[in-house]
Amino acid sequence: MDWFLQQAINGLGLGAIYALIALGYTMVYGVLRFINFAHSDVLMLGAFTALYVAPQIEKVAGAESPVGCVMVFVVAAAVCACIGMLIERLAYRPLRNRPKLAVLITAIGVSLLIEYTAQNEKVFGSAPQPFPKLLSDYEINLGNLVVSSNDILTVGVTIVLLVAMWWIVQKTRVGTAMRAVSYNQQAAALMGVPVDKIISFTFGLGSALAAIAGVLYAMKAPGIEPLMGVQPGLRAFVAAVLGGIGNLPGAVLGGFLLGLLETFAGGIPGLSNYRDAIAFGILILILLLKPAGLLGRSTIEKV
Amino acid sequence: MLSVENLHVSYGAIKALHGINLNVPKGSIVTLIGANGAGKSTTLRCLSGLVKCTTGSIKYEEKEISKMPPHLIVASGLCHVPEGRMVFSNLTVQENLRMGAYLQLDTKWISSQTDYVFGLFPRLKERRSQNAGTLSGGEQQMLAIGRALLSKPKFLMLDEPSLGIAPLLVKSIFERIVEINREQGLTILLIEQNANLALEVSSYAYVLESGKIMVEGPSAVVKADPQVQAAYLGA
Repeated sequence: MDWFLQQAINGLGLGAIYALIALGYTMVYGVLRFINFAHSDVLMLGAFTALYVAPQIEKVAGAESPVGCVMVFVVAAAVCACIGMLIERLAYRPLRNRPKLAVLITAIGVSLLIEYTAQNEKVFGSAPQPFPKLLSDYEINLGNLVVSSNDILTVGVTIVLLVAMWWIVQKTRVGTAMRAVSYNQQAAALMGVPVDKIISFTFGLGSALAAIAGVLYAMKAPGIEPLMGVQPGLRAFVAAVLGGIGNLPGAVLGGFLLGLLETFAGGIPGLSNYRDAIAFGILILILLLKPAGLLGRSTIEKV
Repeated sequence: MLSVENLHVSYGAIKALHGINLNVPKGSIVTLIGANGAGKSTTLRCLSGLVKCTTGSIKYEEKEISKMPPHLIVASGLCHVPEGRMVFSNLTVQENLRMGAYLQLDTKWISSQTDYVFGLFPRLKERRSQNAGTLSGGEQQMLAIGRALLSKPKFLMLDEPSLGIAPLLVKSIFERIVEINREQGLTILLIEQNANLALEVSSYAYVLESGKIMVEGPSAVVKADPQVQAAYLGA
């Protein structure tokens, strides 16, 4: 029982990060119907932004102070929001009315461009760099269970951000515009919705989420390097599809589920080498039964 | 109120409009009739900014709008009810109307205009909390018109309001269109395949053929034109 609960706790901590990244994928997909493959690189840029600004902020706010930590998150999110909007403006908007495949390939191109530029020795370099401690991490013992304060933070931040995103999309004027753009860009434009600005805003929001996920991921990782976003990015993409792409609670559910599956599969002695195979095998099964994802609604394309 | 000069539009290598001139005076109902593929919808899409013209000028209230993005054109009071209605089927009737009022900030005006729309189309009031996707074609057309009325239009462009709608409803929708023109002082540019109906409610008509204006004149004169009668009125 203890083993089970401990794995569940570890899985939730990992899943929360997948969930945050998946939220960004799914928001952009919801509005533009395409997968932004550069999303995982924005995550990496978020972590590196934090790496560079953390020492400066530490001078002002003091070492490992909660205020300083929040400031690091805010700066990373703001920088990445700008980067995300810039990517959309330069790479995706010119292709808005082209076949989706062209945009998809461009997204892969942008991703590779960021990764290889970052690996240049004059930029970040390809060697892992130690990430500064933003917050003192302590372990809480509950009987035989160990919970890290970092994991609690990660899960908490994910849930707060999910609720915030849901509120923005469902309750605000800009959210209504996002849903309208998602349904039909031309009809939205005829209502006076500035479609370009709404899409830009969506990219900004998604990229800020990626940055926050990147910093949280870096806080747990031994070091950060330019390809750090690839693995979690891929898993988060799968999580978004699993939950039903375009669906916000679905992305979070998918993220947590994937984190749990991975941790459990990895925790079984003798099977830990197969953890990805087991986790993704179960995913394939779920998608065979529910092709639109767990919370996705299958839509019939009208012709 | 609206004057279009020498409008040319191409989709890639295909030319859709070959130099069109239109003139719509304030407070009138003007119609644009023609066969499928003549360029009627393209004309409206160009006026509302969804498609950009290659050359030509569009003057609306003395202002050149041919380079303006769609959302600014709507803001200036030129509203377009698109072909196929394009209601947001994932939103309720009420939410669709709210979307129409996206640029309106005066909540008092929005609620009184919503009441006006519900008075015009009582069917929408009955179904206000239903998803728009569950409405019949005619009801969706009412919703599309109602939604446009909430954008505070001065000039309304209607693309095929009779398309795919039961004949009984068509009659009632056209009566409402005339009513809107009279009561709210709205200028209307109407596109129709049902030429008889369009010529009946309008004061001036243009006949479009393969991207060119072939005939124009007061609706009664156009209706009597033997060429138009043979081609569009089934006489």
